[in-house]
Amino acid sequence: MTGVNDPGLAVALITAMLVVAGAALTLVGALGLLRLKTFYERVHAPTMGSTLGSGCVLLASIVLFSALESRPVLHEIAIGVFVTLTTPVTFMLLMRAAMQRDRIGGGDGRGETPNGDDG
Amino acid sequence: MSMMLLSGSLLLAHAMLTLAMACAAIRLLRGPRAEDRVLALDTLYVSAMLVLLTIGMRGGNAHFFDAALVIGTLGFVATAALAKFLLRGEVIE
Amino acid sequence: MRRWLPFPWLWLSLTALWLLLNQTMSVGHLLLGALFAFVICHGYRLLEAPRATRRGPWRRAAVAVRLLADVAIDIVRSNAAVARIVLGPGARARTAGFLDIPIELRDPLALATLACIVTATPGTSWARYDAEGSILTLHILDLIDEAAWIRIVKDRYEARLRKIFE
Repeated sequence: MTGVNDPGLAVALITAMLVVAGAALTLVGALGLLRLKTFYERVHAPTMGSTLGSGCVLLASIVLFSALESRPVLHEIAIGVFVTLTTPVTFMLLMRAAMQRDRIGGGDGRGETPNGDDG
Repeated sequence: MSMMLLSGSLLLAHAMLTLAMACAAIRLLRGPRAEDRVLALDTLYVSAMLVLLTIGMRGGNAHFFDAALVIGTLGFVATAALAKFLLRGEVIE
Repeated sequence: MRRWLPFPWLWLSLTALWLLLNQTMSVGHLLLGALFAFVICHGYRLLEAPRATRRGPWRRAAVAVRLLADVAIDIVRSNAAVARIVLGPGARARTAGFLDIPIELRDPLALATLACIVTATPGTSWARYDAEGSILTLHILDLIDEAAWIRIVKDRYEARLRKIFE
């Protein structure tokens, strides 16, 4: 922590809470990626990190830098908007790929996969 | 007091995000499906982006924001291209 | 106006993005950003993007604000629900599965917004949309009460999206 001025207790408290909450949510999402059993269940877990998780960290960054530089620092919003708009695209493509590969592999693309989804 | 709170919480967040990256890396290596690996890669990108943001906040350096933005952009393009490849077997038709 | 500046909202948001990324309000950047946004808007027209002239901007904005507030609440709530599932004991009785929902939403922008909402809430993910039968298939992590999920999508999201976009 070099080169950082003291932002004050209130700002530090808000930043600390937001950043820890965001990181914890991302961690739980990644844990879900490990723990859940099938691919279709695992798709749900990382969204925690990419929505509320990154939202909290970005908000913390906005609060901290706005206080440090004594002016509104808002360019984190760009990342937030970008992530919100792009995540559906990748996840829809992935879901479609998985369902199509299930169909080709003999399943009906709707249920558990016939070939090895051991988690 | 506030400095300790700030640096402690940022360190904690940093550790948790690194752990999240480790989880994603394990899923990336274990698979078992190709879709799992792509999903893990996407998680890895998002976590790496957040790690960069926390590094920037720890050092009070706003320039890490640009690196985070680049990672976010590249992560989207890479995951979308890989998912497209799984869907069709070609990236550009 | 329409011919000169094809997508005014896109132009406005691109200019805002430029100013946001450069962290400035200076006149030079304002002009440069406006110029870039102008060029991009004309390029965007080549993609034959969907466009509709819609009436009553303030009424629609009010609905949009209420929808956003509800989505924010839903995101927090579903994050907590999924966290409980991930951290809870593995053997708990839970069924994940696909759910078909008939929807009347037609507008491409409205469907894209619905996709953003569905993906942004953990626990639901967009699986397939059949444009001919107007059937939306979602994958839901905790599928206990199908009727409740259908009600959430139709009443909370679809009805408002139709008010905003149609």
